[in-house]
Amino acid sequence: MSTTPPKPPGYQLPEEHYLNATYGIRSWLLTTDHKRIALLYLASVTFFFFIGGIFATMIRIHLLTPAGYLVTPETYNKLFTMHGVAMIFFFLIPSIPAVLGNFLIPLMIGAKDVAFPKLNLLSWYIYITGGCFVLYSFATGGLDTGWTFYTPLSSVYSNSAVTPAVIGIFINGFSSILTGLNFVVTIHTMRAPGMTWFRLPLFVWAQYSTSIIFILGTPVIAITLLLAGLERMFHLGFFNPALGGDPILFQHLFWFYSHPAVYIMILPAMGVISEIIPTFARKPIFGYTFIAASSIAIAVIGFFVWAHHMFLTGESTYAALAFSLLSYLVAIPSAVKVFNWTSTLYKGSISYDTPMLYALGFIGLFLIGGLTGLFLACLGLDIHIHDTYFVVAHFHYIMVGGAVMGYVGGLHFWWPKITGKLYPEFLARLAAVILFVGFNLTFFPQFILGYLGMPRRYHNYPPEFQVLNVMSTAGASILALGYLLPMIYLTWSMRYGKVAGRNPWPATGLEWTTASPPLTENFDVTPVVDWEPYDYKNRPDLGLQTPTAPTLAPAHGDD
Amino acid sequence: MHRTGELSGQFQTLEQQKESATLGMWLFLSTEILFFGGLFLTYTINRHTYADVFSYSSRTIKLSWGAINTVVLIGSSLTMAMSVWSAEVGKKKLVTFFLIATLVLGGVFLGIKGIEYHDKFVEHHVPGLGFDMYYCTKNPGACNLRPEDLQKERVELDELTKKMGGETAVNANSQLFFSLYFGMTGLHALHMIIGAGLLLWLIKQSMAGRFTTQYNTPVENVGLYWHFVDIVWIYLFPLLYLIDRH
Repeated sequence: MSTTPPKPPGYQLPEEHYLNATYGIRSWLLTTDHKRIALLYLASVTFFFFIGGIFATMIRIHLLTPAGYLVTPETYNKLFTMHGVAMIFFFLIPSIPAVLGNFLIPLMIGAKDVAFPKLNLLSWYIYITGGCFVLYSFATGGLDTGWTFYTPLSSVYSNSAVTPAVIGIFINGFSSILTGLNFVVTIHTMRAPGMTWFRLPLFVWAQYSTSIIFILGTPVIAITLLLAGLERMFHLGFFNPALGGDPILFQHLFWFYSHPAVYIMILPAMGVISEIIPTFARKPIFGYTFIAASSIAIAVIGFFVWAHHMFLTGESTYAALAFSLLSYLVAIPSAVKVFNWTSTLYKGSISYDTPMLYALGFIGLFLIGGLTGLFLACLGLDIHIHDTYFVVAHFHYIMVGGAVMGYVGGLHFWWPKITGKLYPEFLARLAAVILFVGFNLTFFPQFILGYLGMPRRYHNYPPEFQVLNVMSTAGASILALGYLLPMIYLTWSMRYGKVAGRNPWPATGLEWTTASPPLTENFDVTPVVDWEPYDYKNRPDLGLQTPTAPTLAPAHGDD
Repeated sequence: MHRTGELSGQFQTLEQQKESATLGMWLFLSTEILFFGGLFLTYTINRHTYADVFSYSSRTIKLSWGAINTVVLIGSSLTMAMSVWSAEVGKKKLVTFFLIATLVLGGVFLGIKGIEYHDKFVEHHVPGLGFDMYYCTKNPGACNLRPEDLQKERVELDELTKKMGGETAVNANSQLFFSLYFGMTGLHALHMIIGAGLLLWLIKQSMAGRFTTQYNTPVENVGLYWHFVDIVWIYLFPLLYLIDRH
């Protein structure tokens, strides 16, 4: 590249910003500032990621030998259940929406805060309350039903602490609902003058779609788990065949939320990628309208595919055919996004900065995860690979390779905005590569294991599967290193990083036009938007204008 | 910056604030529809599977209380609508009056619901607490039933037991009905109690004269919520009380 990094004229942190506006623990625990609430969430989801990560580590160590290495079969059941519950309900679902979404949506649309700041804080407290119940369940007997809580195992037979876990997830659901409600209203009513719907950053479109799923899906899981919990506590029979109830009904209700929940996890990550790619390709995003509409399409179609989790329950063949077809349909808007991202790269002026490494990694991993999803949506093939490691590998490619890569990439991308500091670029690139390698080494062998017939959720396996399992465990240790590195250097950079300035990349969103870190009120004056999104040619206010635009390149923490 | 006492800092104008609050309430109600939706679906499937038991179980609930409650609740929706209207036209005293009337009617509804729950408790129709559909017919003195009703019940119950092939099946499936009855009406009653709390808060503010023609969104939004809870009952009443009364 013929570009030189701009030599910033010794940026200073703003004298007063949201981090130093007030001090003391009260000012954090009672804050209604969306940016501070985002940081509260950042700390809490990281905590749950750590908890879930410990369980994952124990699972992988256990599976080093065919007979199982570490724990009893009963404990193994608890490990994978608690790994799933912690990671899905308390890390993946809130991660991007509650951390990055909270921080960025008001900044991106030019508002002072979300529409209901107190409700926003309440959502965090609800999340913490639900989290406490679940931790209580983990600490007092654990949980062994699988994260899916299938009845009657969860309602009758399980001897583990199901009731507090169900209550915790029920409570936590209201955190999602209120966050989604807050975001939809904010995006509808709080946009700055000139910020029309089709000038919204694609991250906001993705959050909007996610919020719709929050609003329409989460209440269903709430009532379902409430019924299962009541069934367990009072021996009712909604889902218990011995009392005339129907366990399959539980599965229908459960997946009516839990399949769209997959899109809750991946859509916001797609939004992050849509921001990163044009920034580091120095080009307007290709097919803005299509990417925006595909987010909505994924949210809507996602509500009509749930029974593809139940092809083996003996559901009607015609229903299965319809659900199979509908599941294939989700691939269309997903592919629209992938094609548009790659088209954006075409003839772009690409620089391989850390967020871009995550974005490129995301495209590759999401592609594998998405295509193997089609294998599973295929009626005949699903019978062979149902409940095998193929499924485990598939959803980890989507959730870890997709959602978590998007989340970590997004954290890097907006870290200068959140903290006002740059992270060390070399270490960050190294960590991105380590994560990519570790991830693939962990989960690619699981595709093969599943295809060869190793069932999921078993504590042991035939000896011929050991090589692939050892590869997977080795990959997991590399993956763990890849997660620890960013935790260390990002924390380090908060204190010692170079001052970032308003717009280190530079990028075109409204959030980059205010100070880093932003003021408590976000903007000095309400911004007026009179530009099109992702325009890298006609933004003299950011120093981006032809013909000088190509001379601006990203600033790095270790330049 | 344009600010008044009633305008929160994150908004620019009162209109924007009102629009946000109203949209927020509508979205909240849409989550509520899906929340109740899970119960309605469970009801539908079980009613379809166990139509006879559901019909019989439904007939053991006293129609009169349910009918009175329906009237009471629709009346409370009227007073609620009147208080919203009073707030919009700025009749401050009327707002308070109609809010109190709504609260009273809501209280009457909950009181009657309490009587109904108590009846079911006496008849051993509460799932999980010694549930037994045959309790009244086997212990004629224990339930508060007229002799001719008891006789009718005995005949119907015998017929049903034969059809279902035993008392266990009847008890299991009618317990499903009553689980749904208590689940649905209980969740509805919980919403009423929350609504009553909101009304108390409104009454306090209304007595302080806070609601004006410019600022009355809280009254309007609690009104939306109240009507929603009312509409849920409009569905619950036929599904639980009227499925076999012809």
